[in-house]
Amino acid sequence: MTDTAIVASSATEYAGRSPLARASNAFVSRLVIIVPYLWLLFFFLVPFIIVFKISLSQTAIAMPPYMPVLGFGEGLSGFWGQLKQLSIDNYLWLTEDALYFNAYVSSVVIAGISTILTLLVGYPIAYGMARAPATLRPTLLMLVILPFWTSFLIRVYAWIGILKPEGLLNQFLLATGIIDQPLIILNTHTAIFIGIVYSYLPFMILPLYSALEKMDFSLIEAAQDLGCPPISAFWKITFPLSIPGVVAGCLLVFIPAVGEFVIPDLLGGSQTLMIGKTLWNEFFANRDWPVSSAVAVILLLLLVVPIMIFQHAQARAQEQGR
Amino acid sequence: MKSLGSIRRSFAPWSDPAAKPYIVFENVTKRFGDFTAVNDLSLSIFEREFFALLGASGCGKSTLLRMLAGFDEPTSGRILLDGQDLRGIPPYKRPVNMMFQSYALFPHMTVENNIAFGLKQEGMAKSDIEKRVAEMLKLVKLEQFAKRKPHQLSGGQRQRVALARSVAKRPKVLLLDEPLGALDKKLREETQFELMDLQQELGLTFVVVTHDQEEAMTMADRIAILDKGEVMQVATPTEVYEAPASRFVAGFVGNVNMFEGKVASRDAGSARISGGNGLTIKTENAGDASAGSDVVFAIRPEKIKVSSKKPTDAEANVAEGEIYDIAYLGDMTVYHVRLADGQVVKASSLNAVRISEDPLSWNDRAWISFRPDAGVVLTR
Repeated sequence: MTDTAIVASSATEYAGRSPLARASNAFVSRLVIIVPYLWLLFFFLVPFIIVFKISLSQTAIAMPPYMPVLGFGEGLSGFWGQLKQLSIDNYLWLTEDALYFNAYVSSVVIAGISTILTLLVGYPIAYGMARAPATLRPTLLMLVILPFWTSFLIRVYAWIGILKPEGLLNQFLLATGIIDQPLIILNTHTAIFIGIVYSYLPFMILPLYSALEKMDFSLIEAAQDLGCPPISAFWKITFPLSIPGVVAGCLLVFIPAVGEFVIPDLLGGSQTLMIGKTLWNEFFANRDWPVSSAVAVILLLLLVVPIMIFQHAQARAQEQGR
Repeated sequence: MKSLGSIRRSFAPWSDPAAKPYIVFENVTKRFGDFTAVNDLSLSIFEREFFALLGASGCGKSTLLRMLAGFDEPTSGRILLDGQDLRGIPPYKRPVNMMFQSYALFPHMTVENNIAFGLKQEGMAKSDIEKRVAEMLKLVKLEQFAKRKPHQLSGGQRQRVALARSVAKRPKVLLLDEPLGALDKKLREETQFELMDLQQELGLTFVVVTHDQEEAMTMADRIAILDKGEVMQVATPTEVYEAPASRFVAGFVGNVNMFEGKVASRDAGSARISGGNGLTIKTENAGDASAGSDVVFAIRPEKIKVSSKKPTDAEANVAEGEIYDIAYLGDMTVYHVRLADGQVVKASSLNAVRISEDPLSWNDRAWISFRPDAGVVLTR
C-alpha cells in the first residue's frame, strides 16, 4: 500500500465514523437535558396550569366542585365559551377579606422568625461539626440526618407530648422545682417556632456545614497572626466566608416554612393564622377549590422572589468556584 | 547588589561572644500525644539574621515555627524573643508575623485589603494604612493588582501578596513556612534572591522553614539541620557543606562519598585512615578522631578527580577503578567509579571545555585522586 492509499483509507474511515458518533453524542447530551425539563413540565408546570385555571373558575355544587370544566365536548366554539367564563373574581375576593392578607403576613413573619432562630441554633452546631476531628464528622452528619428516618408527622406529634401542659417538659420542670405552674407552650407561637426550628434544622445545618468545612483553617491562624483576636477573626473571616451557606440554609428553611401547614395545625392551635392552614381550610372545610387555588397561586408568587435570590446566590457561588 | 554581598559576608554575630541572641529556644520539647515532635532543643537566632530550619518532613521544623508564632505552646522549655518569655502570649499579641505555606490569603478580600488587614487590627490611621499598603504593593511589584481578589492572581503573585501582608506590620521577626514550595523551579530561583534583597532592605530577622537544601544554602546566613526533633548542626552554608558535623548532615546536604575505616595513625590535624578495602587515606581534617577509632571519611564528588592515566601528584590519595556509570548533566559530568572492593565512588567534573579530547567511557580503567585536605573525618 502506498502512502496516499493509507491516507485515503484513514480519511474514509474518519469520515465514515465520526458524524455518526457526533450525532449520537449530541443526542445523548440533549437527552440528559430533556429529562429534567420533562420532569418539571409534567410535575410542576402542568399541575400549576391546572391550579391556575381552577383559580379563575367559580365554585359550583358539582363534581368537580367548580365550573367551567374545560373540554372539547361542545366543539371549538364551546371551548371558547368556557374560556370566556373564567374571571379573576377569586383574586379580587382575596383582597376584600383581610383574613388572607393577614395570613400571608403572619406566615412570612412566623417563617422569618423561625428562620433566624434556626440559623442561631444551626450555626454553632455546623461550626462544631466542621471543626470536629475528621474521623468523627461522618457520624455527626449521620446524626443530623437520622431524624429523617422517622415520619415527619410522627415527630411533630411527639412534640405535642413534650409541650402540652401535663407533658414531659412541664413534668420535668415541675419535678425539679424550677416552676410551680405548668408552662403554656402548646397552641402558642412558641410551639410553632420550636416545631419549625426542630423540623428544619437539618436543612440549615447541612449547607452551613458544607460551607464551613471547606474553609481553610489556616485563614483563622493568619488572621490571628496579623493581630486579630479569635472572636473578631470569626466575624471578619469565618462568617463572611460562610455567607453562601447562610443564604442557602435560610432559604431552604424559609421557603417551606412559609407554606407550612402541619406544624401550625398540630402545635399552633386554632387561633394561629398561617396561609398553609388557611389554604387547607378553604380546600377541605369549605370545599372552595377556586379560592384555595388562588391562595396557592399567590403563595407561589410570594415565594418566587426568595427562590430567585437563592438561585442567584447559588450561581454566584458556583462562579467563584468556592 | 555588590554592597549587599559585602554586608552579608561581614555579618556574623554568632561568632561574636558579646552578641546577644534575639530568639532563644531553651531546652524546648513539644509532644503531640505519644509523638515527640521537638526533643529538648536549644537554638539561638540573632537579630537581622536570615535563619533556615532545614529538614525532611516530620523533623519538627514546622512545629518550631508554629511555637514561635504562638499556634502551639512548648510542652516544656522556654522560647525567648528579645529577652521576653513568649509562653502564654497568644498569636495575636506576638510581634512576629508568618507567611503561610498555603499563603492563607483571605479569599473574600482584595489584595490591598489583605495587606491592610494586620494594619487595621493595630488601629493605624486610615491615611497611614493607605500609604503603607501602597508602599508594600510597590515593594512586591503588584501595584496594578491592588483591586484583584486572590483567585484572580497567579501562584507567584499570590506568594508576593502573602509576603507583602506578612511584612506590612514590620514585625520583629518574619516566619516563612516553605515560602517558595508552591512555585515552579525558575520562579523559585528568582524569588530566592528577591527574598534576600527584601530582608536586607527591611532589616528584619527571617526564620524560614524549608525542606529544600538548595533554597536554604542560597538564602540563609545560617542553617539548622533538624532530624527527629533534634538539631544536628547549626552553621553557615559553607560549614554545613564543607565541614558537616555528622554522617547525617553530610548525607543530607548535597552528594557525598563515604569511606568506612579505622584511624591508623594521627598527629596534629592529620591522620591516616585505613579502610577495610586495603585503601589508606591521608587526610588533614581529622577533627577529634582518636587513633584506633572507627570513623568515616567523607568527600564531596566535585573534590575527586577522575583521569585515564595514573596521577603523578605524590601528595594525593589515589585509587584505581573502572568507570561504572556516566551521567552527563550539561554543566558537569558525574562519573561513578567502581573500586577494586566494589565500592562505587561518585566524582563530578566541570565541563569547562565544550568537547573533551580524551573522553572517559563505560568500563574504562580510571584513576580517582584527591588532595589530603579535600575531605573530612566524621566520628559521629
